[in-house]
Amino acid sequence: MAEAFLVKIWNFIIQFVSGINLPDFKTFCEVTLQLLDGFKLTLLIFAVTLAGALPLGLLITFGSMSKIKIIKGLTKGFVWVIRGTPLMLQIILVFYGPGLIFKIDGLNRLPAVIIAFIINYACYFSEIYRGGIESISQGQYEAGQVLGMTKTQIFFRIILAQVIKRIIPPMGNEIITLVKDTSLARVVSCVELLKAAQEIVGLKAIIWPIFYIGAFYLLFTGVLTIVFGKIEKKLDYYKG
Amino acid sequence: METVLKVENLCKSFDKEQVLKNVSFELEKGEVLAIIGSSGGGKTTLLRCLNQLVIPDGGKITVNDDVIFDAELGKENEKNLRTKRLHFGLVFQQFNLFPQYNVFNNLTLAARLLAKEKNSKNKGSSEDLKKEYARIDSEAEKILERVGLKEKMKAYPCELSGGQQQRVAIARALILHPDILCFDEPTSALDPELTGEVLRVIEGLKSKDNTMIIVTHEMEFARRVAGKIIFIADGIIEEMGTPEEVFENPKSEKLKNFFSKSVEKL
Ligand SMILES: Nc1ncnc2c1ncn2[C@@H]1O[C@H](COP(=O)(O)OP(=O)(O)OP(=O)(O)O)[C@@H](O)[C@H]1O
Ligand SMILES: [Mg+2]
Repeated sequence: MAEAFLVKIWNFIIQFVSGINLPDFKTFCEVTLQLLDGFKLTLLIFAVTLAGALPLGLLITFGSMSKIKIIKGLTKGFVWVIRGTPLMLQIILVFYGPGLIFKIDGLNRLPAVIIAFIINYACYFSEIYRGGIESISQGQYEAGQVLGMTKTQIFFRIILAQVIKRIIPPMGNEIITLVKDTSLARVVSCVELLKAAQEIVGLKAIIWPIFYIGAFYLLFTGVLTIVFGKIEKKLDYYKG
Repeated sequence: METVLKVENLCKSFDKEQVLKNVSFELEKGEVLAIIGSSGGGKTTLLRCLNQLVIPDGGKITVNDDVIFDAELGKENEKNLRTKRLHFGLVFQQFNLFPQYNVFNNLTLAARLLAKEKNSKNKGSSEDLKKEYARIDSEAEKILERVGLKEKMKAYPCELSGGQQQRVAIARALILHPDILCFDEPTSALDPELTGEVLRVIEGLKSKDNTMIIVTHEMEFARRVAGKIIFIADGIIEEMGTPEEVFENPKSEKLKNFFSKSVEKL
């Protein structure tokens, strides 16, 4: 019974694999180069989003933890809107919005995409930061205070390192999601990795590049996983 | 005898609840004060007011003729508050060591920062600062030796027992040479078998120079170590006196009740 089932699966795999026409070496190189072009854009979106969203997120965190009610309310409302709507919708809105609403020349594709990504990810990061900051016990601040430290010293010498240690795992998650989310840039025709593969598939009438790019994403996220693992390990010398 | 601490009519409310009601007392140099009382009486709040972690609503606190707090004078700015806080040290129930620093750095962190601040204020040379750092380092070692933890200098707080952590916390407070060292139930978070080592360290600090305020539920300890006992209930000092007066001749019903409850617990 089980044997018959396994045979069925095996046959299916054989059929599937033999159905794929393995590309010749020249096509493979051509496609790889084209995909690398797309991958460059993917990397660019990824890097610039991180560079913008990591600090902007901290600013939003301070806003959402502000003692001034209006600032706090506005920031929280903003975060709610951004987290509550699809990133794809936000990209479309940033790209077409200015033209449609204000009848002005919109942004170019790439800047629009990057702005949408930065804002979106800054909001997610800000919530992670906030969770991290709020998880540090009041006692740590008070210990610093009774030792005559300034607020700045307390934040940078005591709190920050502990926050970073605590947020590394959720940040790793979020950043890996970002790798995959970069593929959303194709909705406004930015030729990132996935779009590049789609174009090749359309032009050359071959399907395998779509699977091939999976390896790119896996490699990328694999490297990030290792990097985050290393950081976690490095901070493992203490608990708390 | 010189008066180190003078607390006059200290008041504090949270929302509508008055937690401290006109608390007044004085301490002389080298005196050890134990504060006892049942839960919610305002003992922690009193210590936190002295350390300016909460700002009192009324009253006056003077240390060595330096006015630390005066309700009439209004709010202090952050910088003044910081220097005034340094008259006091505070050892918390939950230790509150900095987990990312080893024992040695837990001690030296604040001392070094203060030395640096002072150095740049006085336009001192970097040589001077280095010398000061070296002095702080050697003092840290001495203090660790005193609390019996010199060999744990390089350990992280998570590698220590509760009792050892609390001894580090005491050492950390000592290195700044506060005029008055406060303890808020220093052994309440510890397993019973670890309280002894911490209490011994505190007892060992008793000297003509070290003025201490200890909030504690360890009645035996309070009686043995303190020269003055304050019994506080519902934010009022119900009784104050020497251990003999307070423990042997409790006057108020509340204190008698408190003692009989403590005995029940035993
Ligand atoms: N930050 C605060 N906000 C509101 N109420 C507070 C605050 N801190 C303390 N209180 C209240 O003040 C009262 C006294 O609390 P406090 O912690 O000073 O008592 P305690 O004598 O130290 O008690 P315990 O023996 O349980 O430590 C309590 O009723 C408490 O609920
Ligand atoms: Mg208390």
